[in-house]
Amino acid sequence: MSQEIHFQFKIERDDFSLNATATIPGQGVTALFGHSGSGKTTLLRALAGLEPQVEGKLTVGGQQWLNSAQGIHLPTHQRAIGYVFQETALFPHLRVEKNLLYGWQRTAEAERRHNPPQVIETLGLEPLLKRYPHQLSGGEKQRVAIGRALLNSPQLLLMDEPMAALDRQRKREIMPYLERLHAEAEIPILYVTHDLEELVRIADHLLLIEQGRIIKSGPIEQLLADSTLPIAQDEDAGALIKTRLTAQDEHYQLSELSFSGGTITVGQIDQPIGSEIRIRIHAKDVSLALQPQQESSVLNVVKCRVTGITPQGQSRVIVSMDAEGSPLLSRITRKSADKLALSEGCEVYAQIKSVALHS
Amino acid sequence: MSEADIGALWVTLRLALITTIILLLLGTPLAWWLSRTQCRIKVLIEALVAIPLVLPPTVLGFYLLIMLAPDGPIGGLWQSLGGDTLAFSFSGLVIGSVLYSLPFVVQPLQNAFNNIGNHYLEAASTLRASPLNRFFTLVVPLAKPGFITATTLGFAHTVGEFGVVLMIGGNIPGETQVLSIAIYDHVESLEYANAHILSAGLLAFSLVVLVSVYSLNRQSLPNGSGR
Repeated sequence: MSQEIHFQFKIERDDFSLNATATIPGQGVTALFGHSGSGKTTLLRALAGLEPQVEGKLTVGGQQWLNSAQGIHLPTHQRAIGYVFQETALFPHLRVEKNLLYGWQRTAEAERRHNPPQVIETLGLEPLLKRYPHQLSGGEKQRVAIGRALLNSPQLLLMDEPMAALDRQRKREIMPYLERLHAEAEIPILYVTHDLEELVRIADHLLLIEQGRIIKSGPIEQLLADSTLPIAQDEDAGALIKTRLTAQDEHYQLSELSFSGGTITVGQIDQPIGSEIRIRIHAKDVSLALQPQQESSVLNVVKCRVTGITPQGQSRVIVSMDAEGSPLLSRITRKSADKLALSEGCEVYAQIKSVALHS
Repeated sequence: MSEADIGALWVTLRLALITTIILLLLGTPLAWWLSRTQCRIKVLIEALVAIPLVLPPTVLGFYLLIMLAPDGPIGGLWQSLGGDTLAFSFSGLVIGSVLYSLPFVVQPLQNAFNNIGNHYLEAASTLRASPLNRFFTLVVPLAKPGFITATTLGFAHTVGEFGVVLMIGGNIPGETQVLSIAIYDHVESLEYANAHILSAGLLAFSLVVLVSVYSLNRQSLPNGSGR
């Protein structure tokens, strides 16, 4: 059964309008990325049925949840969703245990997909069960909220900036749980964020939203490397590449990662050969040359073809490139681009000064 | 205490109990509606509910007397439906008390409901709880302090009622004579000792009620039920 989600929403308010159409893949994490005020939360609420004035259509796994032309508007409590709110909304009068089971108890036995002991184990909630929400830290509250949403056996999990209210320390504490969720969940997850770091760590697909409209959607590697999108203008812009660990160099304490465009050498990774490693190459860490440099301290040089050049401000350009199917981005000065006479289709050697790793 | 005083005590307790039950049944949905609606007539309804707070009880009693009289609109309707006369009867007293004590039940409930953030209700609706189910599993427990206050104030205020009762109930022992009227009677006939017994009893009762409400409200939900 395809769990794919199609939506076409229209909301008109005095100060804001949403006019969004897209498809969310039936598996994996789709990040909804956009600036604050772009309509991310409104879109999520419309998916959950919390926006009464919405018009349009919504199909989830073949079921119609909304079809305003036919007068169909499934109320929220009849939609199999999990919603993790920014402010968690744990019920203050119920202990963690009762909060977790609130949706589970209201789910028909045949529809239940997770069992409580397993979710409690995955999210490390055992020691919290007897506490009240006000006795939890911000990170603990979020874990309980995620568990409560999962135990509702959703067909679609909606997460509205679950990390936004957390400090750096708490984020680091909860990230492993989210990555585990990403790896184990068999349901589509729509994850709202405006944090690029968060996005590259857990997302597979990307929906870019701007002023209430979906401006682009697709696999994350592809969108992150599109120099024409606003996301490429971000200070931290860069390409995301899926690689495989192919060799360990014990002498220099280095690891070799292979991808379609060649190999990249990084500081030693403590993982078995063959593991999948996601790496992120920031545009600011990539410089370009027309010839392979013979004498240079830079270890990683990848041959690419230029696919696009987009100006960034007055003095810089973002160059998008393709290395045998893998995307790369480089941010250089406009002067350098002119000196190298870069144009679409020409071949360049990308020198990668630094690589960020995401397992 | 004389037999008439015990009768008055019994009438008072029965009246307060029945009034409180009716008020909770009517006041809860009314207060919930007031706390959630953005309808324009909300202000008018709120003002009508609050009127007994500022109106002299005799004014309320006077109009009730006219309405409840056998040839009045309510009294006439009631009798044509086969009821007894409402004026100077226990049923008439219940109607008067419900109106008179309405703000003491609706206002605490409305305040408690106002403090329940919508996000709890929305979260519950994403967890498959129907509107009625949300009301009973979230709103009622979160508004518990409001319910305690509303119940006790509604009850205690009905016990202390005088002006409205005097106007529409009169002073029929065993039927419509309540404690506050019995005290008035005792004082009129210079039976101060009897008046003392009843007055001190009511004073102690009020104190006990208020102390228990305040301490109960302190105990429930240490972190508060608000947002």
